[in-house]
Amino acid sequence: MTNAAMNNEIIEMTEIEEPVSGSRGHRINMADLRKGDEAESVEKQKICLQINNLNLFYDEDKQALFDINLTIPKNRVTAFIGPSGCGKSTLLRSINRMNDLIDGCRIDGEVLLHGENIFQKTQEITDLRRRVGMVFQKPNPFPKSIYENVAYGLRLQGVRKKRMIDETVEKSLKHAALWDEVKGRLHDNALGLSGGQQQRLVIARAIAIGPEVLLLDEPASALDPISTLKIEELIAELKEKYTIVIVTHNMQQAARVSDFTAFLYMGKLIEYGKTDRLFTNPKYKQTEDYITGRYG
Amino acid sequence: MCMIAVIGLLFILAVRGFGHFWPATIIEAVYYDIANENQPVPVLGQLVETKEVSLEQLQSAGMQIESVNGSQFMSRHLMKVGNRDITGQDFVWVLQDYLHNIEQPRELVVIERREWGNFYGRVEALKKEGDIVWQAQAGQAFDRLDNPLFEEQFSRVKTLIEAIDKIEKEDISSINHGLERLRLKERRLALDYGGPLPDNHVDVIEIKQMRIVFNKHYESLQKELARLYEAISRDTLIALTADGKKFEIPLAKIVHVFQPNAMSLPDKMAAYLYKLVEFLTDEPREANTEGGIFPAIFGTVMMVILMAVMVTPFGVVAAVYLHEYAKQGMVTRLIRVAVNNLAGVPSIVYGVFGLGFFVYFIGGNIDTLFFPEAKPAPTFGTPGMLWASLTLALLTLPVVIVATEEGLARIPRSIREGSLALGATKAETLWRIIIPMASPAMMTGLILAVARAAGEVAPLMLVGVVKLAPSLPIDGNYPFVHLDQKFMHLGFHIYDVGFQSPNVEAARPLVYATSLLLVAIIAILNFSAVVMRNHLREKYKSLES
Repeated sequence: MTNAAMNNEIIEMTEIEEPVSGSRGHRINMADLRKGDEAESVEKQKICLQINNLNLFYDEDKQALFDINLTIPKNRVTAFIGPSGCGKSTLLRSINRMNDLIDGCRIDGEVLLHGENIFQKTQEITDLRRRVGMVFQKPNPFPKSIYENVAYGLRLQGVRKKRMIDETVEKSLKHAALWDEVKGRLHDNALGLSGGQQQRLVIARAIAIGPEVLLLDEPASALDPISTLKIEELIAELKEKYTIVIVTHNMQQAARVSDFTAFLYMGKLIEYGKTDRLFTNPKYKQTEDYITGRYG
Repeated sequence: MCMIAVIGLLFILAVRGFGHFWPATIIEAVYYDIANENQPVPVLGQLVETKEVSLEQLQSAGMQIESVNGSQFMSRHLMKVGNRDITGQDFVWVLQDYLHNIEQPRELVVIERREWGNFYGRVEALKKEGDIVWQAQAGQAFDRLDNPLFEEQFSRVKTLIEAIDKIEKEDISSINHGLERLRLKERRLALDYGGPLPDNHVDVIEIKQMRIVFNKHYESLQKELARLYEAISRDTLIALTADGKKFEIPLAKIVHVFQPNAMSLPDKMAAYLYKLVEFLTDEPREANTEGGIFPAIFGTVMMVILMAVMVTPFGVVAAVYLHEYAKQGMVTRLIRVAVNNLAGVPSIVYGVFGLGFFVYFIGGNIDTLFFPEAKPAPTFGTPGMLWASLTLALLTLPVVIVATEEGLARIPRSIREGSLALGATKAETLWRIIIPMASPAMMTGLILAVARAAGEVAPLMLVGVVKLAPSLPIDGNYPFVHLDQKFMHLGFHIYDVGFQSPNVEAARPLVYATSLLLVAIIAILNFSAVVMRNHLREKYKSLES
């Protein structure tokens, strides 16, 4: 059933030009009317990531993801929602191959980043992770200064010029809306920042190396409401430059920040589509049950 | 509880050990010697210790004594009377009740000599180049603090002795060193050549010329030495013992002269400090019972530092491999069991292993490969500093591995993932994030290792520590650091002085003082490591809290 639904969404690469800064207000256009399916609005976007027939096993007999097919548009925010243990974080971690770190983890299928399979042998994993940045659930700044945290990725790439690092640090911190709060104490320990600041610092660290995609794994779940709000505002700004994939437990958050939403349940992709449509008019009963809070 | 034990221990050590350096009052008395039919004998010396002894015990020792005033106990003093060359012993036990006419005349002196221990008595006259220049007269006794003649002569002799020491220890030692190197060079050439070298060989001629230069230099030094010895041998001091015997002591044999009864408190404190500094900075004399223990301090510290330098990289690499790279399974479990068992092996076993493996096997092979010219005398194939440090490094390796692994395990997974997600490789993450964050734990391991290594004696006796090492492992002769040399160690020094010394009474306070010093050195080493660790901890506070 699920697969059948998914097959409808496998789309050809139409590559229709559209302004990058477009808001989420493209609900009604010719394509939608023509095909009568919200998937078309995904189709109209520039495609960033395409996940094809992805199966993931933690052990030989323990399958965590079942045949996932998903297209993630460029410069949009895509949210993964679903109950705990449904595989949304696992799916997210597949995109920058963080699952490689887990012993006994096996992946079938492919993830195309701009048309190239990230699982192919020639893919340098460090290069992939540079292009696909990630922010984790709990803020994890390194026990170094604020400056060194942001500069870490650059130093890894062998950047030595102090001026260049200075500029990038400032730019990234400004971009992560943290600059005004920390500009006077760049060389203080990052662990002295509040949780919300730390999370924005981690985002600044991730964007300092200029990734194409940002993966956010429940970035606000450990934060207070005000910090959460700041992170959400930040996400709205960041999508102008980056493709963002966010995993969240909080459905209001998904509704607020994302353009597209994928609902996963028991390792399967149940429904995927425009956020507004999915929340107002879900196609499947499971989706409806979840978003109305009947389980999960 | 632990604090009380530690402080109490340190207190006892300090009192017993460092009281030794205080210039105690000298008393003069007449002693009616029971063992010798109550013959009155004059005694002169310092009271060291007093004990209450039961009459019964004394009687059973064969003394014909009776209770003086009904008491069943008598006070017995241990007196340091010195003059070992005359009486044969430094110390005597005397009974309080048989001491009479106890006095403390101002003019009594204690003369510390380079040989034969202390001299106790009076100064009668002073000789300069064979002629008497000063003589004690009635009403004008010798005063150490107010005798310009003695002061002048004594300081002149001291300068001369320093000059002699410099020639003997530095100049002649470096000539010997040079000659030895020439001999080895010649041997090596001969070995390479495959037989005795022809006399007209370029190198042979050069070696011969060098040897002539060395010998000439040596001869001139010898002459200089002879002159200096001549100059100091004629300055002497004539002293009187308690029973009035005359005794001539060359000034060159005197380390210092104290006159405790005439000294004020500040004078005594100055003398005390002087002795203390001498103890810390001088070389031992007279079978380690006099003088200082500097070579032992130096040897201990250098060995511990070398050990730390060797054990840290090994332990850290092993822990990183076990925790980060090795596939967890049967093999790593076995390695861990082995490491833990290694920590439980008695240290003497390490000593035996070190002797067999490091000294004889590795050292022997090094000699065969690199120092064939010195054979049959071993260079590295004999116990020495290097092998002692290596043995101790092996001994403390488990501690460092276990502590480092614990530190690695405490680093949150999210930090590693954060680094990897930024495109770092495993090695980069390890080097830039994990190792710095685990460094406090490594320091903890090192602290434990140092504490264990510095106090270890048993294995060292097999792999490099000796009773008396003539020179420090670092000196001015090429190659400056001599890791093949044997060395002195405080722990072994305690054992040697306390239990192997011919002069037990004289050595006992030194045992306390040396013990305190050993504890202090371990404490200092530990303390500096703890400070470093706390600094690192502050810097790399982890996210766990």
